[in-house]
Amino acid sequence: MNEKTMRKSRWQTVIFLLIIITLTYLSSIITSFSFADGLATIPEALGWMTSNLMVTGESLDKLPNILEKLAETTFMSIAATTIAAVVSLFLGVLGSKTTKVNNFLSVFARFIASVSRNIPVVAWSLVLLISFGQNSVTGFLALFVGTVGFLTRAFIESIDEASQSSVEALTATGATYFQIVGKAVIPQCLPQMISWVLFMVETNIRNATLVGILTGTGIGYTFDMYYKMLDYNAVALVTLTIVITVIMVDLISNYVRKVIL
Amino acid sequence: MEATYIKTKKDGRIVIKSGNKGDRVLKGTIVVLSILTVISFFFFNYAGLELGSAIRETAYNLKVMFLQPALSTISLSEAIYQVGVTLSLAFLATVIGAVIAFFLSLMAATNLSPVWLTRIVRVFVAFIRAVPTVLWVLIFAIAAGLGSEAAVLGMLFHSIAYLVKAFSEAFEEIDKGIIEALQSTGAGWWHIVKSGVLPSTFTYLLSWIFLRFEINFGVAVAMGAAAGAGGIGFDLFMASSFYFDMREVGFITYAILIVAFLLEVISTRMKKRYFPASSN
Repeated sequence: MNEKTMRKSRWQTVIFLLIIITLTYLSSIITSFSFADGLATIPEALGWMTSNLMVTGESLDKLPNILEKLAETTFMSIAATTIAAVVSLFLGVLGSKTTKVNNFLSVFARFIASVSRNIPVVAWSLVLLISFGQNSVTGFLALFVGTVGFLTRAFIESIDEASQSSVEALTATGATYFQIVGKAVIPQCLPQMISWVLFMVETNIRNATLVGILTGTGIGYTFDMYYKMLDYNAVALVTLTIVITVIMVDLISNYVRKVIL
Repeated sequence: MEATYIKTKKDGRIVIKSGNKGDRVLKGTIVVLSILTVISFFFFNYAGLELGSAIRETAYNLKVMFLQPALSTISLSEAIYQVGVTLSLAFLATVIGAVIAFFLSLMAATNLSPVWLTRIVRVFVAFIRAVPTVLWVLIFAIAAGLGSEAAVLGMLFHSIAYLVKAFSEAFEEIDKGIIEALQSTGAGWWHIVKSGVLPSTFTYLLSWIFLRFEINFGVAVAMGAAAGAGGIGFDLFMASSFYFDMREVGFITYAILIVAFLLEVISTRMKKRYFPASSN
């Protein structure tokens, strides 16, 4: 690297930083975000949290109710993820370059995945809420659609990456399409896929809270209710139970991932 | 070497299958997930659900949404402006988050910091990650008031947690030789970071930051709808929950879809350009 290229790359860095700073400045104007206020808020918010967000004996009375809702939400996320995984498996096999049946179905599978992934979960839950009403099925379907999009993309990538040579080998022995998929592709990609599914279970429990607030179901609704009743002790309890659940799922899936990968 | 021990069943038949631990855990996971899925349908709350009419209505609504999009309560320029607001919220959270995450991840990388410090940072990050973003935003909204500050701060937390994990993994993969070479010249910790760590991981970090920006756009839409943080998400919420205007919902969904597609294309391009080998 001579002096000239070094100077050039230094200029590039400066210009890059300037662009970032300008964009940041523009964004803060558009959203009327003030850095000073933002900074000032942090200690204030933390102080408020330590003094108000405390689990008291009184709020513990609500624990059975909260746990019931939490269980509903957790089960909803697991069900949505597992069923989405089954659908995504088919879409993934159809969409992957190595195992596709024909080009049309491949493009079709990728298109479905892309659309359902990029339309935000918010939009799905709001639209479904109108006709399905306030119940678990709404949340389930909203999570399901988003998960299908994400998992299909992940599965297509895992299949593309893993199975080129074994598919070739089985094709050479004269195996049929279903034998190839069942004996080579799926066993080889299964650990990777399960790892993605576990990741998605964890993500979905957190998303389910958001969906719950929007659709009035599960733990999200419980949180929203106490939040609007200004019952911050109960809010703290709800948050704590969610944190414990997510961390537990995280630990389990880390263990499984370590063993299977 | 001892002779191979042949396992037999009680009735004397030889066991011909012996799975390893990985296989057993894998199968166990699948079985547990399937059982939980079946159980979960009994836990659901089916209040007021009429499946037949609900499906028909949703199909109709989706048809109206996607085939006849139109704006009625807000103008086109207003809609574009609100998309800009959402993008700006996402951008602010990403940029500030990236700067903070950079310093935190230096503390979380095992080859750059003492073990006790990496542990503290990791536990801290795991806790932040476990609280859903919407709860952070709502909690900050009490202290800061509803507005961009609460939204950005709430989104910031998750961005930091996500990026710290990605960055510290990138730092740990740096060639040991680079750090050793710099140490032998007598370079201090900050010199090592500035001239060894940063240049060798910069493009990698950049593509993670962009990926997070893509995610934050979706999060910002959600925060607008669920936490009143403003932007296009709030309009989406109003259109569907207050005006029941499926055409406007459709238009806004298309607007979000287009931006999300563009961001995805850019981030895939960046990934292919900067690290084609590990594209996941």
